[in-house]
Amino acid sequence: MVALRRLGAMVLTLVISSFVIFAGMYAAPGDPVAFLIGNPENMTPERIAAVRAEYHLDQPFLSQYLIWAKDLLHGDAGSSFVYQQSVTDLLGSRLPVTLSLVAYAGVLFVVIGVLLGVVSALRKGTAVDALITGVTTFATSIPNFVVAVVLISVFAVKLRWFSVSGPGEGFLGRIHHLTLPAIALALGAIAVVSRVTRQTMVEQQSLDHVEAARSYGLTSRKTVVRHVLRNSLGPIVTMCGLILAGMLAGTVVVEGVFGLNGIGSLLVEAINTHDFPVVQAILLYMVIAYMVVTVLVDLIYPLLDARVSARSGS
Amino acid sequence: MTVDLTAPVVTATSTRRRQEWPFYLSAAVIVLAVIAAVLAPLVAPYSPSQTDFAALWQPPSATHWLGTDQLGRDILSRVIHGARPSLLGAIALLAVATVLGVLIGITAAWKGGWVDTALSRITDVMFAFPGLLFVVLVIAVFDRGQVTSVLGMALAYAPAIAKFTRSIALEEMARPYVDAYRLQGVGGAVLCGKYLLPNLLPTLVGYLVVLFGEGLMSLASLNFLGFGSQPPSSEWGLMVQEGRTGVIQGIVGPALIPGLTIAIVVVATNVVGVRLSDKLAVRK
Repeated sequence: MVALRRLGAMVLTLVISSFVIFAGMYAAPGDPVAFLIGNPENMTPERIAAVRAEYHLDQPFLSQYLIWAKDLLHGDAGSSFVYQQSVTDLLGSRLPVTLSLVAYAGVLFVVIGVLLGVVSALRKGTAVDALITGVTTFATSIPNFVVAVVLISVFAVKLRWFSVSGPGEGFLGRIHHLTLPAIALALGAIAVVSRVTRQTMVEQQSLDHVEAARSYGLTSRKTVVRHVLRNSLGPIVTMCGLILAGMLAGTVVVEGVFGLNGIGSLLVEAINTHDFPVVQAILLYMVIAYMVVTVLVDLIYPLLDARVSARSGS
Repeated sequence: MTVDLTAPVVTATSTRRRQEWPFYLSAAVIVLAVIAAVLAPLVAPYSPSQTDFAALWQPPSATHWLGTDQLGRDILSRVIHGARPSLLGAIALLAVATVLGVLIGITAAWKGGWVDTALSRITDVMFAFPGLLFVVLVIAVFDRGQVTSVLGMALAYAPAIAKFTRSIALEEMARPYVDAYRLQGVGGAVLCGKYLLPNLLPTLVGYLVVLFGEGLMSLASLNFLGFGSQPPSSEWGLMVQEGRTGVIQGIVGPALIPGLTIAIVVVATNVVGVRLSDKLAVRK
């Protein structure tokens, strides 16, 4: 029942957002026919009529939307005005770069963020804790394009450890090339994750069962791993999921700075060239990616906290 | 399943005596930025658009304290003048988002029932979407520029403010004075505007100051992407974008100085915002 309602809400959200996205592009100024024909010399009435019919531009708004939505359900997002290529192929060729960048950044912010959070929770009130809290507070206040510029100027230009742009060849080459972009993307997230980890762990540490475990004589390492960290996982996983979901749509700036040919730079390019089918498809991808990740988090959550599944099951 | 982000954050400082200097330093930074914005033509040594092709990419010197950019323009003057579009943009963004958000939040809390359900559903859905989506839509419909980027971002920020306002309004409405006014026959709109809202303001202010920093950062990112202010504006995000060509040649000043300016102002507003909400929350 709960799952069904979730699914219903998802479908409704998808329908509404697809409608809003389509309406936005429809309302955009400029006749797409002008972009489609390109050369003004070809602007004969017959050619215009042909193009309008080909792209269903002669239909009323609602049936245009329905045609678009029906094609989408069949996996056809139309063809790009600029590239004369199917939008799904175009997205397919750009997606790997963005996904590997997000995956890399995800590993970075989860590992480093949780580690920093655990350390500062265990050393609560000490200079280490104050240092971590201070640095992470500062880190959330630096825009990621500034971080990117700093990283490039230090590690790519001065020290020449990394190249300035491009996604790199092969697996190792890609990891090497994506290191700086991933750090730029992950820095703010590391700060947030470490703060959430610290906060939930500090709350957990003062609970009775932890005191009890400690008084049974369990070593502090065991107490921390089995009880404190184990019970803090819920909020941490939720936070990480939300950040990851946001990142799938948030690579635009970092891709731009590092010259990566991912979804984000494609979006900027498509906006600049009024390539509406591409803009529509990418916005819809962002919405879907966000929903998929948040649903995954919801599915994982009961596995971490049995109380949740007990509650929703009854 | 969600994390309670409104729960009080136990920080290292709350266990010790709170140090006051970060707050005063941050307040000073903000005052300085505002002075720079207001008095830009008086305090800036040069015009922000005055080019000097004999002095391109100059390092800091006595004549150009922070050096010059790719067109030989004085970076210090550009950063000072850039405070205007940067701060004004963030203020406008916050103003629009606050009016929208507070209106929706209070209406939802006050009306309750299906109005609350409907408004909460809408804000939840909007909240879930990446802010960029609204900006891209608004820019696609109305073309790029400072106004459209501000409006797009305002749409992205309004749901969060609405959510926050709704939650504190619900708390406030449980207090007896609200019922007292209602019994006297004070109408809903008057009661909300005249009595309820002023009591929400202290809690709202701290939150909004922190959001201001975030908004400044988001707008700078949009400008960096070229969706907001256009050259020859010296908006800070745009300056970083234009200075990037120098970075590859090893000239970092033109990109880094406006970038660090953004970071410093955002840190300052965060510190002030958190301190304000702590201080105002104590009274509650």
